[in-house]
Amino acid sequence: MKTRVYVTLKNGVLDPQGKAIHHALEGLGFSGVNDVRAGKLIELDLDPSVGEAEVEAMCRKLLANTVIENFRIERAADAREPHA
Amino acid sequence: MKSAVIVFPGSNCDRDLAVALEKTSGTAPLMVWHRETELPEGLDLVALPGGFSYGDYLRSGAMAARSPILGAVKAAADRGVAVLGICNGFQILTEAGLLPGALMRNSGLHYICREVPLKVENDRSAFTRRYRAGEEIVIPVAHHDGNYQADADTLDRLEGEGRVALRYSDRCNGSARDIAAILNERGNVLGMMPHPERMAEEAHGRTDGRRLFEGLLDALA
Repeated sequence: MKTRVYVTLKNGVLDPQGKAIHHALEGLGFSGVNDVRAGKLIELDLDPSVGEAEVEAMCRKLLANTVIENFRIERAADAREPHA
Repeated sequence: MKSAVIVFPGSNCDRDLAVALEKTSGTAPLMVWHRETELPEGLDLVALPGGFSYGDYLRSGAMAARSPILGAVKAAADRGVAVLGICNGFQILTEAGLLPGALMRNSGLHYICREVPLKVENDRSAFTRRYRAGEEIVIPVAHHDGNYQADADTLDRLEGEGRVALRYSDRCNGSARDIAAILNERGNVLGMMPHPERMAEEAHGRTDGRRLFEGLLDALA
């Protein structure tokens, strides 16, 4: 089963990469971009027996550094996107 | 002084660190592969070298911090053995939870490789006893992810407990409060971004880094 883990920087944590992307967008003439935050998307192909709690443990133990990052788990059944 | 240098796939300062340790202490450190689950007996110092362990995949130091040997490194730190993490070693120590905070991308986004002026803040630890508080020293940095960040409470605690060992004098990489090196609560674990092993011999131009190893020799031998 496909599961997605979104890892994002916590609010208030400075994101130099997001800032650089923001500047680059402005440089390309895109106006109206108030802020940019860059994160990570990690796709896991999991055996159906792997439960939510175990995925959360994976996030806490490795996938996210909870000192600076938040994570969000999205199971394929929860949200099937048309382009997925 | 009996020391060990941990070698991870992608470490690239392990041999420089071994040379610096051997030249100051007269004894070559034991090189320990990250897949080992136990450290050699009777160590005074465990050193985690600079480099790009696991290609900095996921986050700098993230994979190495979950290596089998880290369990033994944590146990050694708990017993009071000195643990030194330099550059990638510092990143590994924060990822492993042996030191608080995190090392993020440099605020200017560039990889920084140059000699930087540092102010010594703590001269009482085994690592810094050969320096004087307030003294300015010069040691090179070479990193992309050296921007030290922690929440305000953690930073206040580090400052209040005298656990900020070195501070950048030149706003190097965006680090909170210009922190370049920190100690754990007990004072036996030091993480630092600058590379003392690259400033340890006359041929390096200066020898400011050598005093760190000499201090360890005084304290541990």
